[in-house]
Amino acid sequence: MKIVVCLKPVPDPKDWGKLKLDPETKTLVRTGVGTVINPLDKHALEAALVLRDELGGSVLVVSMAPPDAGPVLKEALAMGADEAYLLSDRAFAGSDTLGTAHVLASAIEALGGSDVILCGDETIDGGTAQVSAQVAEFLGLPNLMHVSHIQAQAEGPFVVHSQVEQGHLVVEIAPPLVLSVVKELNTPRYVTMMDILDAEEKPLVTWDNEQVCAGESCVGLADSPTQMADLFAPPKKKQAEMLPGTPREQARELAGRLRRLGFC
Amino acid sequence: MPEVRSEIWVIAEQHGGQVLPASLELLAKARELAAEPGWSLAAVLLGQGLQDLARELLTYGVDEVLLAQHELLTEWQTPAQVKALAQLAGEHKPQVILAGATASGVDLAPRLAARLKTGLSAHCVDLEFDDRGGLFAVVPGWGGSIMAKISCPTARPQMATVLPGVFAPAQAGEAKGQVIELAVDLSPDDLGYKVLEKVEVPPAQSALDGAEVVVAGGWGLGNEKDWQLLPELAQALGGAVGSTRPPVDEGWAQENQMIGTSGRSVSPKLYIGVALSGNAHHLVGIKNPGLMVGINKDPQAAIFDHCDLGLVGEAGEILPALLEELRD
Repeated sequence: MKIVVCLKPVPDPKDWGKLKLDPETKTLVRTGVGTVINPLDKHALEAALVLRDELGGSVLVVSMAPPDAGPVLKEALAMGADEAYLLSDRAFAGSDTLGTAHVLASAIEALGGSDVILCGDETIDGGTAQVSAQVAEFLGLPNLMHVSHIQAQAEGPFVVHSQVEQGHLVVEIAPPLVLSVVKELNTPRYVTMMDILDAEEKPLVTWDNEQVCAGESCVGLADSPTQMADLFAPPKKKQAEMLPGTPREQARELAGRLRRLGFC
Repeated sequence: MPEVRSEIWVIAEQHGGQVLPASLELLAKARELAAEPGWSLAAVLLGQGLQDLARELLTYGVDEVLLAQHELLTEWQTPAQVKALAQLAGEHKPQVILAGATASGVDLAPRLAARLKTGLSAHCVDLEFDDRGGLFAVVPGWGGSIMAKISCPTARPQMATVLPGVFAPAQAGEAKGQVIELAVDLSPDDLGYKVLEKVEVPPAQSALDGAEVVVAGGWGLGNEKDWQLLPELAQALGGAVGSTRPPVDEGWAQENQMIGTSGRSVSPKLYIGVALSGNAHHLVGIKNPGLMVGINKDPQAAIFDHCDLGLVGEAGEILPALLEELRD
């Protein structure tokens, strides 16, 4: 079974406080902000590794990212993926979800297709949660989102749980397919020093547009249908009264006010 | 082919003959938006045996209800919905298609946008038009600290999904407009997969239900030990502990403690938000609060823009001090 996992490197949420908006260029300044694998994508990778170990086959990870995203893909290899493909080309820069999905789908086709494509249900940065369904659409495959359980077999359809507003659907769906997963699905494995050393031996390949063959008009900033018209700090709904002083003095003032208001 | 006038389409998501609140919220906002370019508004209803529901939708301020009925649309199955909507949009060329960012909506909208080769803004918290009907969708990013305004300058239709709970739902009034029945062409192969069963899980009980005091924490608490200060504070104030998503992912908090988009709604008389950024996904779950207090080490944190009182400092210092002061 050939399994492809789509991974996105995202700004480390622990560093979000350091993200600044450049008011001149309307771009994000990411100085000092680390990069990690999008958390839900790790659950997708874990699911892929479990499927491979149960049914045989290989796990390939693909990521459309700047050239410096290598360490993130290395981590995926250390977790147990067999091969990693970094899709990086200036032509991809600024793609919106349609362009991104098109690049990922083109790369998966260039890899000879896949029986199972796994994604995280959403990313923590852009959070559009659109790419998995759009990859499926470009490849003409069925997809399910919010997947919390996968029961797979070597031949025949999978049985998958897909979360909905109040419960979940139990769905029979046959490969080739695309699933995007939620964290309830599994617990991603920890990486050991041995795994990191093993990963050094595994192929980490960078593909540009020539290898990806994403020669369509929706790729890249200029040709993406959506455009960033503006970036701004959210409007202030209120102006909080900031309590002055040391943590102790602030705490004392708050306690006093809560007491006067009858909260304790 | 019946004539369809509406430029703005709102997908009226129905399951078992019930339209989701998210769709009614969108109808209200779309009605307001339509005024600027002087456009007409349609609710698009897909299913089977829905004539009565279609007439009922006429009471929500729409100009048209576009009703497509087919036995393969009886149960919501996204691939069939996408195919049907792509046919309708291809024939009638709306300028705008809006859907709720519901469990099904966030699957349907991107597939539909990719099929129509158009742009989609996801999880919007606001929508506005310019005077020529250019749609600007406001989307929170990076923990809500930055908002992006997304446009779709040339591709049509312009599409967006909107977070449930952001806009007030449309209220039923006098029925106006007309129901237009449209045909769609579907075959069993379009279903994509087979739904064997729908398992309803009643929402787990949560201490947050009806809580008058909510102490909510975020990622910034940094570790499980400091997280344990929250239950202490909640206990001192006779309240319940809430959470944003990251602490649930970290295992510090339970799923039924999450407040916001995919969690609970609360209406406390006192809300204290500790070491959380003030993300729109969280704030949307706080309805009609009384006193709002924010505690964050970053004086620029967005949470302070939603609070009455702000304390700046490390939660690990302020909370123990606050607990002592409250006990005195």
